[in-house]
Amino acid sequence: MSTLAFCDLTVGYGDGAPVLDGLSLEVPDGAVVALLGANGAGKTTLLRAVCGLVPARGGRVLLGGQDLTGLSTEDRVRRGLALVPEGRSVVAELTVEENLRLGALWRHRGPARTRAVAAAYELFEPLARRRASAGHTLSGGERQMLALARALVADPAVLLLDEPSLGLAPIVVAHLLGVLRDTAERTGLTVLLAEQNVTGALSVADRGVVLSLGEAVADRPAAELAADPALRHAYLGF
Amino acid sequence: MDRFVFLLSTGLARGAVLALFALSLVIVWRAARAVNFAQAAMAAVAVYAAFAVTAASGSYWLGLACGLATGALLGAAVERGLMRRLPHRTPLPGMIGAIGLVMVLQAGLAIAFGPEHRPMRAPFSERPFVIGGVPVLSPYDLFVLATAAAVMGALALLFTKTSLGLRLRAAAFAPETSRLLGVRVPRMVTVGWTLSVATAALAALLSVPTELGLSPHAADLLFVDAFAVAVVGGLDSPLGALAAGIGVGMLSGLVTGYVSASAAPLAVLALLTVVLLLRPGGLFAAGEARKA
Ligand SMILES: Nc1ncnc2c1ncn2[C@@H]1O[C@H](COP(=O)(O)OP(=O)(O)O)[C@@H](O)[C@H]1O
Ligand SMILES: [Mg+2]
Repeated sequence: MSTLAFCDLTVGYGDGAPVLDGLSLEVPDGAVVALLGANGAGKTTLLRAVCGLVPARGGRVLLGGQDLTGLSTEDRVRRGLALVPEGRSVVAELTVEENLRLGALWRHRGPARTRAVAAAYELFEPLARRRASAGHTLSGGERQMLALARALVADPAVLLLDEPSLGLAPIVVAHLLGVLRDTAERTGLTVLLAEQNVTGALSVADRGVVLSLGEAVADRPAAELAADPALRHAYLGF
Repeated sequence: MDRFVFLLSTGLARGAVLALFALSLVIVWRAARAVNFAQAAMAAVAVYAAFAVTAASGSYWLGLACGLATGALLGAAVERGLMRRLPHRTPLPGMIGAIGLVMVLQAGLAIAFGPEHRPMRAPFSERPFVIGGVPVLSPYDLFVLATAAAVMGALALLFTKTSLGLRLRAAAFAPETSRLLGVRVPRMVTVGWTLSVATAALAALLSVPTELGLSPHAADLLFVDAFAVAVVGGLDSPLGALAAGIGVGMLSGLVTGYVSASAAPLAVLALLTVVLLLRPGGLFAAGEARKA
């Protein structure tokens, strides 16, 4: 069971007003949920708080019923959580191969590790050709592929993605989202996908949640959300 | 010409020790983004431990092993007990903490063992071989070179070929990303300090028998030169530490022989100034990352 839930999550920076104030949400086992919202809505803050990178002022984070609150980021990851962070999270000084092995280290040993890395290359052909290249020589698309592949290599139970399509060519975005959808269908991976690319995100998600100024203002099936012009207009600006 | 060969060869042995000590500074810089200004005092503690064990047991090798272990433990203890607890927003608290530690350790050593220089015997003869009438390296110099080469080789393998090395490098380059991949970054910082101080202890252990002898300040000059070496090579670059260490060792050897011993530190400073003016990141600084 890998349901991700958070209840009454309150998060802020410094002494400022909270960015998220008592937010609750459940991402059921095997669901793909799109987290939508304009710039500054609090998507990144939410994902980082779930991973423990930003301390929560209150509330709880549960993974498959287990309370993650109070655990360090690395321990949350070792319980099955994975985050593909915003921007270029590839370790620029390491090669593609080393980035992938790093992702697999805590999860797999010996031959299983080699197999997991090989599977990642199968998923993302372009990475196989660049396995010995340093991270800083990759294109934006290759980096995002590597970041996703590196998260998947540890077989997480729940995958969080923070705007994976940001700044990428449409064809690359289509490929990434395609792999994401196939993987989720094949493995039953639970996914929370933060995006401003509403059309792309809703095309792979079962459900969409709209975040505005730290509050969940809509929570509907993806198809319904995509077809509702009033809602789109009010919260998503198109 | 004979003189030139002789000076180069003595410079080579000194360079190997410098490179080793500089490498220890590079390791801790990469692990914790800190220049450990207490490295010399911590290394001196390890050399005293080696000295005491050798005196008690009569075995140089047992002393060497205990000195390395002391360095490793001290590195871990200082990171866990002191450095980790200091604020990290600016480098200043770390520097002040390290300088305070220097005073405590050196005063403590002077209280425990006395401030005087104690002669420390090398395990091999320090009389140079004479080849074709030219005095070159001594058996002890060869031992120093071989040990330094073996340890640097082993560290290179550890960092590039093992999964611990991969975690150490990742944690140093990208701590947050590493944590997201399950790497226990705080533990990697401790391991970095452990390796670093053990390496510094080895460099000091190798150098003390060739110098005035053991005192609480025995590694101070080594630290100053090695710091210059690490900066010249690029604080982030193990290869830079090696190349600059050998280079600076030979430069000091030649200047000492042809000009005077007191001119050697000036030559090192001049080299440091030129490198900082031309390549502020050091000779082996990494190139710019791709931006798009
Ligand atoms: N490190 C930070 N320090 C202070 N405020 C921040 C920080 N990061 C984000 N914020 C604020 O939190 C709010 C939500 O930002 P963010 O979570 O990045 O939104 P999104 O990812 O949806 O664009 C914004 O008002 C932003 O200014
Ligand atoms: Mg964001």
